[in-house]
Amino acid sequence: MMKMTGHRRVLWKPLLFVCSVLATLLVWGSDHPTVRVEPTGSVGPRTLEKQTETAVVRDYLQAWRSLSGALGQNRAELLNRDFVGTAKEKLADTIREQTKLGIETRYQDSKHDVQLVFYSPEGLSIQLVDTVEYDMQILDHEKLQATQHVRARYVAVLTPTEVQWKVRVFQAEPE
Amino acid sequence: MKSRLTLLLGGLIWVASALLALAQTSLHLPRTVEAGAAFSIQSAGSGKAVLYIVGPAQVLRRDVQLGETISFAAGDLHNAGHYLVVLVGSSTETGAFDVTAAHQPTALSFIAKPSRLPVDLHDGISGVAYVFDTFQNLVLQPTQVSFQLSGVAGVPQTRTVSTRNGVAWTKLDSASKEGAAQFTAQVGGVADKRVIQQVPGEPCRLRMNVRASGQRLELETEPVRDCSGNAVPDGTIVTFTEIYNGGEATVDVPLKRGVAKTEMPAYHGATISVATGVVMGNEIHWGRE
Repeated sequence: MMKMTGHRRVLWKPLLFVCSVLATLLVWGSDHPTVRVEPTGSVGPRTLEKQTETAVVRDYLQAWRSLSGALGQNRAELLNRDFVGTAKEKLADTIREQTKLGIETRYQDSKHDVQLVFYSPEGLSIQLVDTVEYDMQILDHEKLQATQHVRARYVAVLTPTEVQWKVRVFQAEPE
Repeated sequence: MKSRLTLLLGGLIWVASALLALAQTSLHLPRTVEAGAAFSIQSAGSGKAVLYIVGPAQVLRRDVQLGETISFAAGDLHNAGHYLVVLVGSSTETGAFDVTAAHQPTALSFIAKPSRLPVDLHDGISGVAYVFDTFQNLVLQPTQVSFQLSGVAGVPQTRTVSTRNGVAWTKLDSASKEGAAQFTAQVGGVADKRVIQQVPGEPCRLRMNVRASGQRLELETEPVRDCSGNAVPDGTIVTFTEIYNGGEATVDVPLKRGVAKTEMPAYHGATISVATGVVMGNEIHWGRE
């Protein structure tokens, strides 16, 4: 039977630590999720220009980053940039509740499969469906309680503001 | 031999107790819950634990006793979404379920455009309705939305459209008569109304008459109307132009009570024309045989 010498034991612990850090970085360090935009067929009564489609997807993905920061740090003001209306109110309520309970939730989106499904005739709203995969961590008073990989289907409605599209409705539905 | 047997037995007991513990702490979750409805989660095992129900839309945390049914009252979980369930006790259990919007729509977000448009325009009016439940969740189940445009002469236009991903839309023609129309979207007992102002279109026909008054000509149009017979609004500019002996005079006159009037010098052989917008009226040649 092979025995671990003191020297090897000394090496083993840092190696384990480095591996854990690398694994964490792999999961949480990537800022850029894989994004696939389904070819847009008919989106209703209005033609969707490529430029609009690009802007909508860009702003929607940015909204995920804002959501991640806001829920991870319990800072509702981080939602202002990318959310309005009901979506913003509901997320802000969640942050208030998290703060009250001493909870933080970290969302790291890794994959988006986006399809634009409706562009309103007057151009004031656009709807998309996103099958998203993300890793979620729950921390209670800074203690990690669970890490889970989640796959969910989100429906989002975005409306234009002065310079960008903002998420007005943000809701997951059963797949 | 005895020690081997003891080891084997010990191992079996360990595996059995691990499996038992796994079975005892498994969570029994509903697959879906309607927003705002009461529901319960069955836990197994014994001891204390903390239950988390977490999603971007809402967060709940409960101290629970394992082995008991954990009940949630109506309204506790009211935001539609995908929720992760984590039970932290001696071990950690996870699961997930979905909260769907309540089936009964109670609110509409209705966008009607434009608020003002010319009469007789095909597909000129658009209506978009997003359907929500009492908790402001988008109702994603197909729901019938009724659109109606009424209030001006003629039969009201009605369309019934099923929602897709919570939204229904339609396009309707503006009426042939000017006036305010009521544009309504209705789902179940919920209705939302917008007023659409339908105004006369471009003048359809322009005709003027002339009468001599000393050294001047009195020019007056016939009542100016659009192609549906609606009077073009007062204030619309009508331009009279007189060309004479190489000279030209132009007078812009706003419509007043449906007609435009002016006076111009009476030059022998002059040609007088009238126009409004892109519509040309008749020409009069003064003093020619």
